[in-house]
Amino acid sequence: MKRKLEITELIFKIISYTLLTIFALACLYPFVYAVSASISGRSQVEYNEIILLPKNVQFEAFSMMFKNNMFWTSYSNTLFITLYGTLWAMFTAILGGYALSKKRLLFRKFFNFFLVFTMWFSAGIVPQYLNYLATRKVFNSIGIMDDKWLVVIAMGMAAMNIILLRNAFEGVPSEVEEAAIVDGATEMQVLSTVYIPMSKSTIATVALFFAISRWNGYFWARQMMSNPNEHPLQVFIRLQLEKYTDPEQVTGWNEVFATDSAIYALIVCSIVPILIIYPFIQKYFAKGVNVGGVKE
Amino acid sequence: MKVRAADFLDYDQERGVYRENPEQLVRDDVEKHYWLHVVRAIIKDWRLYLMLVPMLLVFLFWRYLPMYELLGCFKVDNSVLSVSDQMFSGFSYFKRLLFAGDSTSTDFWRAMRNTFITSFYGLCFGFPMPIILALFFNEVKSNGARSVYQVLTYLPKFMSTVVMTSLVAMLVKQGAVTTNMGIVSQALVKLGVIPYEVGQAGLLNNPKFFRTLYQISGIWEGAGYDSIVFFAAIIAISPTSYEAAQIDGANKWAQMRYVVLPSILSTIVIMLITRIGSLLNVGYEKVMLLYNTNTYVTADVVSTFANRYGMKGEAQTGLAAAAEMMNNVIGMLLVIGSNTIARKATNTSLY
Repeated sequence: MKRKLEITELIFKIISYTLLTIFALACLYPFVYAVSASISGRSQVEYNEIILLPKNVQFEAFSMMFKNNMFWTSYSNTLFITLYGTLWAMFTAILGGYALSKKRLLFRKFFNFFLVFTMWFSAGIVPQYLNYLATRKVFNSIGIMDDKWLVVIAMGMAAMNIILLRNAFEGVPSEVEEAAIVDGATEMQVLSTVYIPMSKSTIATVALFFAISRWNGYFWARQMMSNPNEHPLQVFIRLQLEKYTDPEQVTGWNEVFATDSAIYALIVCSIVPILIIYPFIQKYFAKGVNVGGVKE
Repeated sequence: MKVRAADFLDYDQERGVYRENPEQLVRDDVEKHYWLHVVRAIIKDWRLYLMLVPMLLVFLFWRYLPMYELLGCFKVDNSVLSVSDQMFSGFSYFKRLLFAGDSTSTDFWRAMRNTFITSFYGLCFGFPMPIILALFFNEVKSNGARSVYQVLTYLPKFMSTVVMTSLVAMLVKQGAVTTNMGIVSQALVKLGVIPYEVGQAGLLNNPKFFRTLYQISGIWEGAGYDSIVFFAAIIAISPTSYEAAQIDGANKWAQMRYVVLPSILSTIVIMLITRIGSLLNVGYEKVMLLYNTNTYVTADVVSTFANRYGMKGEAQTGLAAAAEMMNNVIGMLLVIGSNTIARKATNTSLY
């Protein structure tokens, strides 16, 4: 029997739908606006005639950016940092998380504390900066001149992600591992044939977390990379924003598009690849928060 | 006299003699040669310990070494003092920041106050939003429609801080002779929320609007994604609970109060702990990307203060490091404190 909705329930439902719709549209609108503004004509953008749809369509802003070599360099730098950074972080985190998940590991409590303490206390920006400077010196002295490797190796490790992996590995039933050991598997084989396949979704989630933080990394890349040819995309975007919003830099601007369009085009180009893979990774992204390192 | 455990002998009934307990002998042996056994266990299991090495090195070099270098920041270069005095005269920096009363000290206090206010606003406005959003999601019964809402609201989370702040900067940008102000400013002027001159000067150049923009952009970016965890807790509630409440005549409000809230309380507590724990850990990247010299009054937080003082002028490295250290120590105490309280009060804790 279907119950009739009570009046309070009905009111709440109406409020929910209304506010949700408003919020969802507010989330979407800036992106739509950015696309429209990036392909609209100059005077239309400068005098804010664009509300939702583009007017007087041009693609000059995009073509100017695609002709800019620095754009492609920064893009490939970001791909480099994201790929190698994620691989290195996953290598470290999977091995470490696996070892920490073993009850027989001596000083297990100490190692766990060693990780968790870095979540509570960090030395701060200044000592970290001095540390990276020293690291760069060491790297240069052993022949690694490219600061991209500094970003890949020294930055972006997160204790939380290792704890997520540790918890996932702890959840694997020990019988399966014992069976593998009886069959003569070594530690490495146990990890690669039992543990990794059995905690695939957590591994995917953690890899995604690392990849996103690498893709988005800005502050330290800007601090540590003096050579513009090594700049990742985020630094490039910021520098362009600073350039185009500086009135002195844009005096005598005589393109068919507005300076704003150039920035919006850059923003659109940095979001599009994420939007393309978004449907595939959204599942893991949503799962990630729930696997949390929470102990009851 | 210390009693050895092996002094307690087992009685062997078959042979009618007392003998030492073999298990206890092993235990005594382990106790006596503890480190030897540790080394043996490690050698036997070396593969497992080798796996730990990369992780330990990464954390040692790039997390713990900076903590050691933090002490170095407090060194006072004064050839008259002995080396140990140079190391320990570091309190002078703290004193100077807290009590000197000069412009650095006032800047520091301003940064400290801004840090507290920014995170407190985040707690008041940013924290409840995902919970409210999750309650709304729960009202949407059709799966398809809910997915659409969820996908749209998670979307901003996928942008980097740089892109997000660039968008914000563009949407509320100042007007100039050749161009008009940002579209959001313009809408606000039309609605009468802000006067025309304020919009024309750019909202990000106005210290009055910095906190509002910071919080709203934070909610816009994170509320959808943060609601996932609350929504998961809400859909885990059994429908029979609602039915029972309805039979007892509970209206929507009473159902919220007596069914939903108790069920998601532990999730809320855990998220609140994380939030309080990172209370002083204001995202410096975002502040740095949004603020400018006009808005230091309301925008400057301790990390950005440390960044400005520590990385530009070398003379003030010690001051910057001291400022951030105070901030981080208070932050750490907050994490541990809130965690302990939560464990005592509700039996849920994070660590």
